Amino acid sequence: MPLKLEAKNLNFFYGNEQVLFNNNLPVEEKKITAVIGPSGCGKSTFLRVCNRIFELYRNQRAEGELLLDGVNVLLPEVDVLELRRNVGMIFQKPTPFPMSVFDNVAYPLKLHFKLSRRETFDRVEQALRGASLWDEVKDKLKTSGLALSGGQQQRLCIARAIAAEPEVLLMDEPTSALDPLATSKIEELMVELKKRFTIMVVTHNMQQAARISDATAFFYKGVIVEHGTTTKIFTNPANRKTEEYITGRFG
Amino acid sequence: MTVHFINEIENLTLLLLEVTSKVEHAVQQAIQATFSHDVPLAQKIIDADDEIDATEILIEEECLKILALYQPVAGDLRKVITILKVNNEIERVGDLAVNIAERVFDMVSYGENMVEKLDFEEMTGKACGMLKKSLDSLTYRDTAIAAEVISLDDEVDKLHHDAYLFVREKMLQHPNQSGYYLDCLTISRCLERIADIATNISEDVIYMEQGIIVRHLHEGGTK
Repeated sequence: MPLKLEAKNLNFFYGNEQVLFNNNLPVEEKKITAVIGPSGCGKSTFLRVCNRIFELYRNQRAEGELLLDGVNVLLPEVDVLELRRNVGMIFQKPTPFPMSVFDNVAYPLKLHFKLSRRETFDRVEQALRGASLWDEVKDKLKTSGLALSGGQQQRLCIARAIAAEPEVLLMDEPTSALDPLATSKIEELMVELKKRFTIMVVTHNMQQAARISDATAFFYKGVIVEHGTTTKIFTNPANRKTEEYITGRFG
Repeated sequence: MTVHFINEIENLTLLLLEVTSKVEHAVQQAIQATFSHDVPLAQKIIDADDEIDATEILIEEECLKILALYQPVAGDLRKVITILKVNNEIERVGDLAVNIAERVFDMVSYGENMVEKLDFEEMTGKACGMLKKSLDSLTYRDTAIAAEVISLDDEVDKLHHDAYLFVREKMLQHPNQSGYYLDCLTISRCLERIADIATNISEDVIYMEQGIIVRHLHEGGTK
């Protein structure tokens, strides 16, 4: 299976403090890669490097290579706006914009594409269907996105992310604020979405990582201690630290 | 939560070891009963099997409870799965002890002197030795002992084959005593199965400790 993303000797610094150390991680195309590890180990930071969203903050820098289809996206000449269209992000807390359901999804379309009203509507419908939300919101497209339930809001954010037709979706604990039913819907959706997108998901839920991901990377103190197929990691991890973490001995 | 899980597993392991020692004892007594044609002892073994069956159910229910409540992974998962599998194997050894004991009722009808007896001593020693070692490997989580047990299985298979040849010969020589010899063959078969089960338990222990499935790997895919 070809690699979509690959971290090579990736380091990351908050000011003078280094938080990622020589990380190497191959991420296969159209697979779900779970990123696990105790709080503060660098999982979310790793995700934030993938679409350079860290650059929105001062005194943060990445070194090394983060290859997307073989191109190092950390190079200054890379168009960051295009990168973020191509590498979408979903956060822990649903972040719908304070506008209608329709406008939430149409927003990236207006930003990145020049489409007619008809084309925009079709693409919004397509994205909402892709996020398994269409049937629930088709009669209230003009309602505020903030009026939806937590699970629906998160799926709205997924619809907004996939409307821009990215190739990679980064999800940072996308279900930690949701109840089990809403979580289950998002998980089903993720498995559906991997047919079209490469997904990296940070999760603290070991069962979730085991259920939905194809590959797992275990981070500890800014280092990728072990990565491999999820089956291998969750039945017979090679590293003692990985075993201790996933069996709840620490973290 | 982890502390609770560890306690639950420890209790479960103790329960399993308790029942394995009962089963081990039952096999030895069953063989003893066939040597001495001791009907009351045979009956005692048969009656005691209900308790073994009940413990098997109890251990299985506890394993299912642990899987549902703790959803263990990695080494913890392998441990619960191994207990579940070994529990089932142990219960089958209990059944084999009963099968051996049941032969005693038929064997006594042939009296003490009229038949050339099949000597089970070596086979019993080896099969029970394998069972004991496999349980030791589980208790001490010792894969070296487990590997040793697996390597011993051929010897018991050969003894069972020898018993088959002996029985066939004697049945041709003494057709009127064929029932007795068939009893002997059944006992030999039970001992051979006990050795197989000891091998299975040892394979499970290797899986539990190393995460490697070694079943069907030795001897070109046959046991």
